[in-house]
Amino acid sequence: MTPDNSPKIVFNRPKTTVAPKKNDQIIVDDVLENVNFRISSKAHIVLNSTICEGCSDRRCLIACPASLFVETSNGSMIFNYENCFECGTCYLVCNQEGAITWNYPTGGYGVDFLHS
Amino acid sequence: MTKDHNPNVEWDVIVVGAGPAGSSAAISAARLGLSVCLIERGRAPGSKNLFGGVVYPAILSELIPNFLEDAPIERAISRRVTMAIDGNRSTSLVVDNPNWVDEIPNGFTVKRSLFDSWLADQAVKEGATLLNATTVTSLDRSLAKNAKTLVYTDRGDIPLSAKVVIAADGANSFIAKEAGLFSELSSHHYTLGVKRVIELDETTINERFNQPDSLQGTDIEILGCTMGISGGGFLYTNRSSISIGVVLSLDSFSKSKVRSEEILSGLCNHPSIKDLIKGGTDLEYGAHLIPEAGKKGWPELYSDGLLIAGDSGFMCLAAGIWLEGVNYAIASGDLAGRASAQAIRKGDVTKEGLSIYKRQIDESFVGKNHSRFQSAPELVMSPIVQNKMPKLACDIFDELFKVRDPLPKVGIPKAIFSAIKANKISKKELIQLGIRGFRSFK
Ligand SMILES: Cc1cc2nc3c(=O)[nH]c(=O)nc-3n(C[C@H](O)[C@H](O)[C@H](O)COP(=O)(O)OP(=O)(O)OC[C@H]3O[C@@H](n4cnc5c(N)ncnc54)[C@H](O)[C@@H]3O)c2cc1C
Ligand code: SF4
Ligand code: SF4
Repeated sequence: MTPDNSPKIVFNRPKTTVAPKKNDQIIVDDVLENVNFRISSKAHIVLNSTICEGCSDRRCLIACPASLFVETSNGSMIFNYENCFECGTCYLVCNQEGAITWNYPTGGYGVDFLHS
Repeated sequence: MTKDHNPNVEWDVIVVGAGPAGSSAAISAARLGLSVCLIERGRAPGSKNLFGGVVYPAILSELIPNFLEDAPIERAISRRVTMAIDGNRSTSLVVDNPNWVDEIPNGFTVKRSLFDSWLADQAVKEGATLLNATTVTSLDRSLAKNAKTLVYTDRGDIPLSAKVVIAADGANSFIAKEAGLFSELSSHHYTLGVKRVIELDETTINERFNQPDSLQGTDIEILGCTMGISGGGFLYTNRSSISIGVVLSLDSFSKSKVRSEEILSGLCNHPSIKDLIKGGTDLEYGAHLIPEAGKKGWPELYSDGLLIAGDSGFMCLAAGIWLEGVNYAIASGDLAGRASAQAIRKGDVTKEGLSIYKRQIDESFVGKNHSRFQSAPELVMSPIVQNKMPKLACDIFDELFKVRDPLPKVGIPKAIFSAIKANKISKKELIQLGIRGFRSFK
């Protein structure tokens, strides 16, 4: 992901209604709508997708609770830092040295929990 | 670098992270007359933090005796349920105790954005300076022995400087890692908590959870809801919302092919849970790590000019029936604040001078409980407890309450033994489990 330079600030997003219906499945993209992010123009996590090419188990795909790691149709990995919970799961489960460069976002940016 | 920078950026103590550990450290250090700078990367304290969440305030009441006057409490827990789930069944142990909400509650739910900001405010009232929206990027500890640790942040190039740095930066503990204080670290030391907050009106919550008013709340701890992955689930009532989530052993989870939201969906759809959250609206969603290894995962807690407190020192007690981290963070933070004051007063902030912190931790409930229960996390996460116990509990009670007329009733011992047999638990396993259980929790 190459971040644009204008800081895109998404804060206090209007709440969408994703009510638990009968036998509802949580759709991450939907529930993410309810989370506040103050998105920095600078990516705090950078993926070196060349290293991912040699990775067979791709644990990040399953493990990232925000579903931010995606495999494209040609098998390469892409990553978008914007809706990250900053939990640290990805760098802990990844076993390829150098694939993930992980830092906290610039102070004041990133996820902003209000109700947790 | 030493002479030419602003004296305003020189502190007795710099605390990294305004979670419960950091704010408590700042409170006691400031009370003892030190100049304290408390640095938090979030927009405000708590905005990066997510937990279950119940705060057990016995230790908080020692630090802040009048906390009940203004602490942002959601509900005080008067009902605690331990639930074992198997398929569409469940078996629960329910403890109702209205006395738990008398005077100082045994536990209360909070939202961390409010609670952590409130606690950081107490530090500010004691004289600490709070710097929000500032991420500490690294330390320069080359002069740490001489009471000068430089703290670099993402707010400009000039570092702050402190005699003692207290790292209270939470589960990822980058400061302790950078300082080389962990001997070994891997994903099996952590669990991942994923949580959904569902908004529901107060009276509906009171009715559904059989609560007399909006001051009392429910805590449900759940086993058997994590699709074969080591872990558990939880549900807590806030004033007008419900927190529901799962905790997953990172090792076991990362090797599985199941996503966390599928596991949480399964819990939300379970017949024993579904109607509790029915009709609610999703308010928030998130995830956070828990350092679950217990004492076996502790780093070195002190070094030249540096103390480690709270989750960054793996002090959260996560042992199945207990998930307590905030109280351990408050206690260790408090001790770190005091130890800094003592060391600074004596003019020795070297590793030797700060070693008093570890001794005080060991003598406190933090050290004692962690020593005592150091095998508990492993036992609770073991396959027999995780995969067999929930079903066994359901089977035993199923057998006891099933009416088989015209067949004669089976007695209690027979119900238990046939359930044990049906679950293919051998005598040897059972005895081993009994011994491990006794040793781990005695
Ligand atoms: C799902 C889940 C359920 C839980 N349930 C409970 C429960 O019911 N009861 C209970 O008592 N405990 C519970 N815990 C554990 C509890 O949340 C933690 O033990 C507790 O928050 C630890 O406090 P802390 O101050 O050490 O760390 P944290 O609360 O993590 O605070 C660390 C702070 O440091 C800041 N920070 C980090 N790095 C930097 C940096 N480089 N620069 C500046 N600031 C930084 C962070 O933004 C954060 O505010 C739960 C945890 C989880 C994840
Ligand atoms: S980030 Fe790590 S786990 Fe994910 S695909 Fe790349 S190398 Fe594999
Ligand atoms: S830190 Fe957590 S939420 Fe962010 S990308 Fe990694 S796994 Fe996903």
